Amino acid sequence: MTLVTPRRLIQLLVAANVVLVAVGWIAMRGEAAKPGSGLQIGLVFDVGGKNDKSFNEAAWRGLMRARDELGVTVQFIEPTEGSDRESAMRSLAARGIDLVIGVGFIFGPDLERLSAQFPNVRFAGVDYSPSEGVGTIPNLAGLRFREHEGSFLVGAIAGLTTRTKIVGFVGGMKIPLIRKFEAGYEAGVRHVCPKCRVLSAYAGSEPKAFADPSLGQDLASAQYGQRADIIYHAAGKTGDGVFAAARQRKARVIGVDSDQHENAPCCVVTSMVKRVDVAVLDIIKDLAAGRFVGGIHELGLAEDGVGFIADENNRHLLPLEIAVKVRALRDDIIAGKIKVPDR
Amino acid sequence: MIETILTIAFLAEVLRISVPYALAAICGSTTERAGVIDLALEGKLLFGAFAAATIAHATDSAYIGVAGGMAAGAAVAALQIWFALRLGADQVIVGVALNLLALGGTRFLLQLFYGEGTNSPRGPAFGDAVATNPIVWIAVIATAGVAFAFVRTRWGLRLRAAGDRPEALVTVGVSPFRARLYAALVGGALAGAGGAQISLSVGVFSADMSGGRGYMALAMVILAGWRPAWAAIACVGVACASAIGFHLQIAGSSIPPELAPLLPYVLTLLVLVIFGSLGKPPRSLGKI
Repeated sequence: MTLVTPRRLIQLLVAANVVLVAVGWIAMRGEAAKPGSGLQIGLVFDVGGKNDKSFNEAAWRGLMRARDELGVTVQFIEPTEGSDRESAMRSLAARGIDLVIGVGFIFGPDLERLSAQFPNVRFAGVDYSPSEGVGTIPNLAGLRFREHEGSFLVGAIAGLTTRTKIVGFVGGMKIPLIRKFEAGYEAGVRHVCPKCRVLSAYAGSEPKAFADPSLGQDLASAQYGQRADIIYHAAGKTGDGVFAAARQRKARVIGVDSDQHENAPCCVVTSMVKRVDVAVLDIIKDLAAGRFVGGIHELGLAEDGVGFIADENNRHLLPLEIAVKVRALRDDIIAGKIKVPDR
Repeated sequence: MIETILTIAFLAEVLRISVPYALAAICGSTTERAGVIDLALEGKLLFGAFAAATIAHATDSAYIGVAGGMAAGAAVAALQIWFALRLGADQVIVGVALNLLALGGTRFLLQLFYGEGTNSPRGPAFGDAVATNPIVWIAVIATAGVAFAFVRTRWGLRLRAAGDRPEALVTVGVSPFRARLYAALVGGALAGAGGAQISLSVGVFSADMSGGRGYMALAMVILAGWRPAWAAIACVGVACASAIGFHLQIAGSSIPPELAPLLPYVLTLLVLVIFGSLGKPPRSLGKI
């Protein structure tokens, strides 16, 4: 049989090197710089990737607005698995970037470690929650949302529009963060329709539970099969499968994070929007104005950090009188008259 | 709960979930019975899913997508055979390498085609229909067809000889390499179709969407003693366990839903501990 000769080995290594350099060049391509503030912003995406039409995409929109409005230079990385995330952020921090943003709760421990190792670099984590015993870190900002408040409102919409009195929820990874969506949604459904049932299912307990559309389709089909007539998902790319199941039966569905109307124009009643774009843009603005402060920045209904979509696109599924009722609930939550559970 | 399980809808659901597992398991039995260790099932599924989604998107036809997925699966199999049998690389390492290549390679190609490394744009899909989905029929026909072909066709006899006693093939003037190549190509095309089911049920490809299904399929191949039809049936069992898992969750049962998907793993381990396996591996598995 063929043996691996030194010559062949060298050829192989050269070939591998060419491939790696090409991959690296494509992966690390920064967006062209505009003359402006001269700030450099790096962003690392979560599972799901840049164009997930959801959570990561919202972060991306915020970054693009910062580029256009503030003239900052941006770089971004879509990591693959586990340790890649840490090294992606580390390489950005080591290149002297001013602000490194990690999109997703999963960056938490990495952010804490890196912010200690690179005290001159600022970090921000979307959905960041401090680990046990970790206090405020001056160069780390946590961008958090009260997702349960927005989920309460779309839950109320589901409760007011369901005909079968059964509604569904499909979650991605089973973690406290996603439980906030479920708890708020369930409370919202019950608030307007005490007799309604909420069927609930999660795709798994590992990060890949956010990236398995085929499994999402199975879960949604099973819930529609059990006479749920509206499903709310908080499952990232897994939600693509929920939309596929909805499109196929023309059944109703509620999107999450971004306005997800485009995923199923026939069927998206509304979307619980989480303004990751605003949070990302704001933290970059703070940095540009020299006002960056570490610690938790939390956005809820009162700050317009979460909300629901009611526009021309979804008018046929979300009648005006229901939107008006739900806006009244929103005011009650802001005024503190309704307490929304977060777990 | 019991009423849910005893419905046609539940059966259809189980059948649909089992398709990628079963097709990968048939591929695994075919390649391994010909004497080549097939750890690359995950890679074949993933490349199949990728090719199916991108080709379906480009041609706007899910059917052409299926053909593309099968071609991609066969291409991965050809690469595997070339490395393992022509270049004499360690077959386990070739399998692992191809799986890693699929993980990174599909992301790289996504980046080249669409400028982003995780998702493909949405294309046509088969949805969750069962009777009108051609891949379900490919799986059903392959389960019966490959089992029949193993014992009744020249392809099957040579394949099994190549796995058990390749020297016997040599003495009658048949090349074991060719027998293995043809076995792997048929298997690869089937696994590619299994990958196509993963992406075309939804109409998009997203990175790493095969989610370990190939490894599970390989476990079922071993459990079934390298018999393709049995392996496919074992995969229906896996699908049944995960469907029960969903329904336990949806019904809000107090049984932890993580238990049901664990069932096939536990069962596999138990069978392996008690019986070793339900059959012996091909005699020349992994030897050139």
